[in-house]
Formats: sequence, structure tokens, C-alpha cells
Amino acid sequence: MHSGAIIALTQRELIRFLRQRTRIIGAVGQPVIFWLLFGAGLRTSFRPPSWAAGLTHEVTYQEYFLPGVATLIVLFTAIFSTISIIEDRREGFLQGVLVAPVSRLAIVLSRISAGTILAILQAGLFLLIGPMLSWIGAGADIHVSWSLSRMLMAAVFLILIAAELTALGFVIAWPMNSTQGFHAIMSIFLMPMWLVSGAFFPGGDSGWLFWLIRINPLTYGVAGLRRLLYEQALPVTPELPSMLTCLSVTVFATIVLIVISAKLVSRASANNSA
Amino acid sequence: MPVTAINAESLSYSYGERAAIRELSFSIGEGCLFGLLGPNGSGKTTLFRLLSTLIPVQKGRLDICGHDVSTKQEEVRKQLGVTFQSPAVDVRLTVRENLSCHGRIYGLHGSVLRERLALMLERFGLADRASTLVGQLSGGLKRRVELAKGLMHSPRVLLLDEPTSGLDPRARQDFWDLVLNHIRGSGTTVVVATHLMSEAELCDQLLLLDQGQKVAEGSPVELQGRLAGERLTLRMRDAAAVQTAVEKAVNSSVIVSGNQLSVRVNDPATQITILLNQFRNEILGLELTRPSLDDVFLELTGRSLLVSGDAHA
Repeated sequence: MHSGAIIALTQRELIRFLRQRTRIIGAVGQPVIFWLLFGAGLRTSFRPPSWAAGLTHEVTYQEYFLPGVATLIVLFTAIFSTISIIEDRREGFLQGVLVAPVSRLAIVLSRISAGTILAILQAGLFLLIGPMLSWIGAGADIHVSWSLSRMLMAAVFLILIAAELTALGFVIAWPMNSTQGFHAIMSIFLMPMWLVSGAFFPGGDSGWLFWLIRINPLTYGVAGLRRLLYEQALPVTPELPSMLTCLSVTVFATIVLIVISAKLVSRASANNSA
Repeated sequence: MPVTAINAESLSYSYGERAAIRELSFSIGEGCLFGLLGPNGSGKTTLFRLLSTLIPVQKGRLDICGHDVSTKQEEVRKQLGVTFQSPAVDVRLTVRENLSCHGRIYGLHGSVLRERLALMLERFGLADRASTLVGQLSGGLKRRVELAKGLMHSPRVLLLDEPTSGLDPRARQDFWDLVLNHIRGSGTTVVVATHLMSEAELCDQLLLLDQGQKVAEGSPVELQGRLAGERLTLRMRDAAAVQTAVEKAVNSSVIVSGNQLSVRVNDPATQITILLNQFRNEILGLELTRPSLDDVFLELTGRSLLVSGDAHA
């Protein structure tokens, strides 16, 4: 394995990120604003889903929305870090990497590791600080677990979601020649995918929306993260799959997307030389 | 017999229906400074991409440093240093970060990496700019970083694609001084794709390409020697008026452009004397030059390198 090359390329991504402060604001700012505004606006009209019945407290919308916003931060970070593939191709840096004696998988993995590190740092920070806002009165009451074991499990699961979404971004960005194209995909595919993942609203009990949510791999990421935020085990309901299902689907999707990414990079096409 | 660094046999490449390179065979000896000369669309960029392993060999065979490019891609890549026409340096990284990142991609680490980094910074006059972001450097310095990056891992073959395009003559000269200094005695083979006469004339060997095919191959002197005679250019008071008379006097066809007459001469001493005797009052100036590589290209293909090349530069 070309670990030296993976570390070098990952480090480059991180340095670039730190030198572009606007990317941090872009990836964290909007989700947090959404969380505060929607949390306040939908407070009275929100009806907690059936899985929340067994909890000792009442789940507010702000609390319901918490794992969804963390996932949105991960999604935005993944998008920003894979959009840079298009910039690298245009600027020429990518050509230099493609002619280097590194395996194509290493090129994919370096992108994914950089995207994942950035995503979990930002989403993790949000999950730590977000609930604290309720203590100072900036949000509704939030009752999440503060035990170390739960937080570690949530962090590990967050890494999985981040790897999955960065790999998805990679698959979309690699064949593209312009960042505008990526923005279009983001509006009509990535954002709707997030909206119907149970992140923003609990799905209906039946109908097309119900099925859309069930076939969406991201649903299992959001649900898994949601489970890990509570100390007690939540019941399995149609809209909240079991932890095992969540883990299996997320791991499977991540592997599939990484394999597709590596295939795309290995495919010596005109695009690779552009 | 010199060791072969690059060997191509019946190499062909096409983008869909359009053939970019046809049945190209050539061989480059180790330590050679080899030029690929041709106008835009001659197939030189495609050949460059094949050499740099960006695109796969479709037909024929290409060996670099004794390794078949199709089967031993990674072995070949280890031997290559590539400088593309579009810069491959990261403008948001400092000079040192760029070189270090590149070195690590090529497997350098620890003290070897540090020593090599210091050496390259020193040799390419970048030591005092090591902590500057590449985006803040001038075009000439950026190219230097590019070159230092390409040579960071001590490649046996250095590929340069139009390396000085966009540079002013001074920076161009600097760039080539660095390249020539670096490769002298090192045995590094350099392949440069260019459309610039001045660059082509620096090369030991040239491959002239047109429409994906080999037009000619040889040293600049050999190629220039292919054209018999020299070129005599006469500046006249009224070139058009004396064209026929001059043609008769030198017994050769004459090209008129503006107030200049241009003619190929085989025996300049005699022919100049005749012309001077006959047209003394008409001639404002005269110049005798060896045929340029562009003349050779023009003679062989009917096309000039300069016209299409200049539009690009």
C-alpha cells in the first residue's frame, strides 16, 4: 500500500482547507442556521414519531433535527472536498498525481480520508456544542447521552457516514468537468436525498414517501446516528431501523462507492488526461 | 552502442474515429535531449500523453527504460518526471510543501526527503522562496518550481510539454540553463514537446511530426543539411519590379514578400557577385542564412511551423 502517498495527499487537502476559511463557514454555518431557525419555527407544530414514545422526556423538533444537521454538515464537507477534484483537474495538479507511481485506490483513499477527517471534526464539534446551546437558552431542551462510550460509538459511526458521503461525492465529481455541474447535482439529487433520509422530518407511515425513505441509504446513516445519541435502546419502527441494519447498509454502501471510485480513476479515459 | 531509454514501435492512437498518431516508430538513446517538433494538431500532445502514461497504448508498443508501458505501468511511472504545459503545482501550497508532497508521493521520506528537498531548493534558486505560496510567485519562478518538482525524485526520463510557453525570453533562457545544467553528465533523458525553433535547436535529436506521422528524424544540423544550399534574402527598393530579372540571374525561383526577395542559392559567392553586379542600385541589404528548421518543415510538409505555432504561443 502507498501509505506515504496517501498521507501526503491527505495532508495537502487539510492544508488547503485551513487556508480557505470560507469553506469552514460554508460547511458548518448553513446547517447550524437551519437548525436554529427550523428548530424555533417548527417547535409547536412538530409531532414526535412513534419511537420516541418510550423516552422519559418529550422530543422537541430541535432534538429530532440534531443528527440530521450533523449529517448535513458531513454532506456539505464531503461535497466541498470532492468539488476540489474538479478544480485540481482544471488547475493541473491531478495530472501530476495520475502519472505518479501510486495505485489508483490510494488516490481515492487519500481524498476520502481528507474529506472524512474534515467532516467528523466539524460535525463532531457541532454535536458537542449544539446541545449546550439549550443550556444557555438559545434552543429548546435537548436530552442526549453524554456518556463517553456513546460518544465514541457515535464518532465511529460518523466516520462511516463521512466516508460514505465523501465516496459518493467522489463518484459524482470525478467524471465532471465543471463545478456548475456539481452544483446542479447537489440541488436535484444530494439535497433531496438528505431531505428524505429522516433527517428533516419523520417519514409517513405509508405511501411513496415512505418507500423513498426506505430505499435511501442515507436513511440508515441518520437513523444509526440517532440511536447512538440516546443512552437507552430505541424501539425498531418502520422509520427507525435496527442498529445492525443501519451499520450493515452504511458499511456496504461505503465499500461499493469506494470500489466504483477506484474503477473510475483506473479507467484511462480522455477525461483523465484533460 | 548507446542504451535505449525510450523505444516506440508502430505506435498508433485515435480518439474515436480520428487518428491522432499513426504507425509511429522511433528510438531515444539514454542521456539524449530529444525534441518532438510539430504544429498544433500534429499529434505531439497525444504522443506526450502516451509517454507520460496518462493514456493507454492502443496499438503498437512503447518501452520506457526497458519496461513495456502497457504491462509495467508502475515501473515506468517511477522512472518518469513530467512537466505538463498546464502547471501541476498547487498554488495554495508553499514551494516547500509542493516539493515535499511530490517527493512523498514518489516514496521519498525521512532524511532522504529532507536532503533532496534542500538540494532542489538550492539548485533551482528557490531557497529564499521556500515558504512562499506558489500562487504568489512570478511565472518564471512557478515554472522553476514545476521543474524542481519534476526532478525531485531523480527520474531517469524527464518529459517536458511546451515548458516555456507563456514565459518571456529571459525566463525562457533561465529555464533552459537550469535544465541543461541539471542534466549535464547525469544521464537523464529529456523529451521536450515544442513548436519553438529556439528550443528545437537546443536538442540533440528531433522528431518532426505532422498529422500524426513522422516527417523526419535527426539532429538539427542533419535536418537543416537536408535542404541544399542557403537562403539569400534581399531587401530591395522595389522587389516586385525586379523579381523576374533576379530569377533569371540566379536561375532559381524567387519568393516576394513586401520589399524582400527570398531565394535558395547553391553557390552563394558567385550568385551574390552576379546579383551585386546587376542590381547594385536596387539592393538595400542582403542576408545569407542557413536553412532554419521551419524551412525544413515547410519543404517536407508544405506547412509552416510558425503560423500555427505562433497563434498558440
